[in-house]
Amino acid sequence: MVRAPSTTLQEKLATVRFRPDPEPHIVVNGELCRECTLHACVYACPANLFSLLSDGSISFSHEQCFECGTCYVACNREGAISWRYPAGGHGVSFRDA
Amino acid sequence: MSGPAYDVIVVGAGPAGSAAALVAAQAGSRVLLIERGEYAGSKNVSGAAFYAPQVLEALLPDFWRSAPVERHLIRRVISFVSPESSVSVDFATARWDHPPYNGFTVLRPRFDRWLADQAVAAGATLLPETVVDGLMRDGAGQVVGVMTRRPDGDIEAGVVVAADGVNSFLAKEAGLRGELRPDEVSLGVKEVIALDRRTIEERFALTGDEGATHDYVGSITEGVKGGGFLYTNRESLSLGVIVQIASLAEHQTRAYDLIERFKAHPSVAPLVRGGRLVEYSAHMVPEAGFSRLSKLYGPGILVAGDAAGLCLATGLYLEGINFAIASGVAAGETAAEAAASGQATPAALKAYRSRLEQSFVLRDFRRFRRAPAFVTSERFQNVYPALVTSLAERALASRGQPRSKLMALALEELRRAGVPAWGAMRDLWRGGRAFGW
Repeated sequence: MVRAPSTTLQEKLATVRFRPDPEPHIVVNGELCRECTLHACVYACPANLFSLLSDGSISFSHEQCFECGTCYVACNREGAISWRYPAGGHGVSFRDA
Repeated sequence: MSGPAYDVIVVGAGPAGSAAALVAAQAGSRVLLIERGEYAGSKNVSGAAFYAPQVLEALLPDFWRSAPVERHLIRRVISFVSPESSVSVDFATARWDHPPYNGFTVLRPRFDRWLADQAVAAGATLLPETVVDGLMRDGAGQVVGVMTRRPDGDIEAGVVVAADGVNSFLAKEAGLRGELRPDEVSLGVKEVIALDRRTIEERFALTGDEGATHDYVGSITEGVKGGGFLYTNRESLSLGVIVQIASLAEHQTRAYDLIERFKAHPSVAPLVRGGRLVEYSAHMVPEAGFSRLSKLYGPGILVAGDAAGLCLATGLYLEGINFAIASGVAAGETAAEAAASGQATPAALKAYRSRLEQSFVLRDFRRFRRAPAFVTSERFQNVYPALVTSLAERALASRGQPRSKLMALALEELRRAGVPAWGAMRDLWRGGRAFGW
């Protein structure tokens, strides 16, 4: 049995350079999220930044965001996720070497 | 009042934007190329295979001698997989081992940064670390500049090229396209895995700077619509899965878990073992094809690359960089002409669409317009890969028992998979219409 170089999500994220914008570029509307039963954002986010809390609301942190847009595309509730790009030069910055 | 500070503003220094800026600057326009990242390429992710390098060769002869390309592609492998087996089509040719090459693997941050530098060398001004939040318009609604997120950040231009990527807020604001739907966009997650040169050459049967791309469809995405890829760089592999967002949510599956199971698949694990993760990344891919392209131009604005949906994802072809560059070139030529004539009306910018209609860009998109729906169909994704591997196993098994001929085995496999013979015939017809005629 050959083993692939397997890694946890934490190990994956540790390889990425983030320069977080002090101001969150994504804002989640807790009221709308409490009415949601699908929680597509929780599954779709490639950095696992959305968590479902016991009261049915969604918590979100922006520091390790890839700015891919998957969360707002997956979300079926208009206005639940306000999304814009972080300030210039901030956010994810992939390495060129 | 004097005219705008720039003839052409290009938003986004990916392949489409840098190509547009380069061409417009070569044509004598005053060009501003705006990039929100720390440097051009710092936000950009794809496989990445750059096919049809002729689109760049025409602008920068022999670019591959100095550009940061990884390996030139001489081998293409497409595999249908079940949990324990795989059937592959493996095409390799020595004819692609010399110029004109058929394609290269690239590492996007390096390659995109280099391409933006070529636009600067041609005379464009690059403004990094700058987000464009909106469009400036005149009283008639024509786009006359951009609003950046900087103090006094409004900048006027004769023409704006929106090359702002798959999310393209500018194309949406200009009314050229609607919101992306989760069933027409995919999420790609990727890992760059370091391996030494010699190991890569031995494992993938390559010599020197020869390269290979491997694409996979079937059980590796565990029912989620999509596929896997594994590309060779000089001293690393780029591998990942690309999965439809609606399907991901429906299956309550996480893309980073799929990438782990992909690496552990028996046909993939021996290729990546011993490698070390260098960087993880994620990006959306506009995969819906011709039917969901944006409108390509409006008053004062052109849309190029992923922003317009110009990514051809048909299974057989998985190409974006070449379409980005070709559309960027056409946008740059059109923008320069429009700026020179002082006319950025839709009538003047229509030449952009004509250029794309005459080139491979819209011809390929139109010709393969049925392919994206066919390759994301339930049977192509989740029934036929298992059926093909099972059929191959039974046809090739040698157990000292009398064997059946292929047709009998195929009918039995179809029955077992619950696919009526007429259904299989219909799928063959659909596949034929998508790819064959």
